[in-house]
Amino acid sequence: MSDIHTPFPTVPSLLAKPLSFVPLAPIAQALTVLARRLVTRHPGLISRLGPYVDSSFAIAPTDLPVTLLLRPHPTAMRITLHRDPPRADARIAGPLSALLGLVHGTWDGDALFFSRDLVIDGDTSAALALRNAIDDCELDLGAEIAGLSGPFGRLLMPFIDLAERRTGMPLRRAEARP
Amino acid sequence: MMELVCPAGTPAALRAAVDAGAHTIYCGFADETNARNFPGLNFSREELAQGVDYAHRRGAKVLVAINTFPRAGAEGLWHRAVADAETADVDAVILADLGLLAHAAEHHPDLRRHLSVQAAAANPDAINFYATAFGVRRVVLPRVLTVAEITAINREIDVETEVFVFGGLCVMAEGRCSLSSYITGKSPNMNGVCSPPSHVQYVETKGALDARLGGYTIQRNAKDEPAPYPTLCKGCFQSGDMTGHVFEDPSSLDAKDLIPALAKAGVTALKIEGRQRSRAYVAQVVRSFRTAVEAVAAGRPVPPGTLASLTEGQAATTGAYRKTWR
Ligand code: SF4
Repeated sequence: MSDIHTPFPTVPSLLAKPLSFVPLAPIAQALTVLARRLVTRHPGLISRLGPYVDSSFAIAPTDLPVTLLLRPHPTAMRITLHRDPPRADARIAGPLSALLGLVHGTWDGDALFFSRDLVIDGDTSAALALRNAIDDCELDLGAEIAGLSGPFGRLLMPFIDLAERRTGMPLRRAEARP
Repeated sequence: MMELVCPAGTPAALRAAVDAGAHTIYCGFADETNARNFPGLNFSREELAQGVDYAHRRGAKVLVAINTFPRAGAEGLWHRAVADAETADVDAVILADLGLLAHAAEHHPDLRRHLSVQAAAANPDAINFYATAFGVRRVVLPRVLTVAEITAINREIDVETEVFVFGGLCVMAEGRCSLSSYITGKSPNMNGVCSPPSHVQYVETKGALDARLGGYTIQRNAKDEPAPYPTLCKGCFQSGDMTGHVFEDPSSLDAKDLIPALAKAGVTALKIEGRQRSRAYVAQVVRSFRTAVEAVAAGRPVPPGTLASLTEGQAATTGAYRKTWR
């Protein structure tokens, strides 16, 4: 785990800006495919949610002009993207790198919250259940995305590792790093 | 070397603790039998068996906390937990309730029994009673004792002692706090949750953050101040002329520098709090404390380095070990 007091890298506006006008549906569709794949491979993502499996979660990267709305489901998990903040049972907001670091076990969620790098609104219990479920699954989004790319996946991995080193964004599972 | 007893709220955290050098990991079942009954946390029977296997293969032990107080008429849930822990081949169970201790001693005599901090055994008479009556082999001491008091206790008992060295502080005579029940109807002793997240709300108003529990504002922090979890005893209250943290400051325990003194006091095991925390927390804290106990065992000083960024209030205290009551 890294020291959370180093400032979080933010998404350069050159990359963030286009999200203000490009069509969001295809990106949301791709994220939904990825999420469903994750749920199949990590059933604990759903089972650990317990009574919160029907809750909706808004994930708001503060350096992007969009909010991601996650509706968990064992077989029909859905992600939509919104330019206006959507209604949700729980909302977790913070820099994209902090959110990715949370998913990848780079940083501790409570510590990010104590330091105010992460903000939680709405149903705190649901947000905690989601955080704990994700933490237990030891997700590696970099490897999952590479996996989705079929035979080209293996070629992609070095670029993902390079991007991680260059940007400082946690793109791989903490334990997978050399 | 002193034994390092580390928390695991999930199987991933258990593996992280083992890999980071924990000698022992403690965890609980995903129900009200354990005092960290938080959403998304804890172990199924199958996960526990797998976790025990992972730990044992690497030379680490697993303890299961069944440390809430059974509800009258529902004891079966707690009895099953003890039986299932034994089936999973755990190294000990951590119990608090007299009835459950008696049940475990009678029906599972070969299962090692530790006394939970929830039992609040804080003097030699109480500890010796638990040892004689129920064959308790180790007692987790409440976080209200000084090092000198721990030394005195160890002189008069034959069982091992385990003390908290890092993590969230609970300042009550443990097992006897009604603050959470008063506001939320849920208590750490009966339901396994203090100030449960289901009753927590954070409201941001003009940059300030209100942390509320059961509709009551427990703490308000300005924009750049660290945020607290609204644990009732760590709230900001008015009492007479005083406005402030009348019970306890929102800081966490860090007694790393006291490890040599605790070793001298006869303590067997050092416990890290935080089953509700992530595997990242577990890995970092365990690594840091493993280095420290190795240094102390080799006669070297405790290596410097702070874990303050991981703690509530981003501030640490040595708690009651060096007592300065208000
Ligand atoms: S309110 Fe404080 S003293 Fe009471 S159980 Fe909770 S943490 Fe312990």
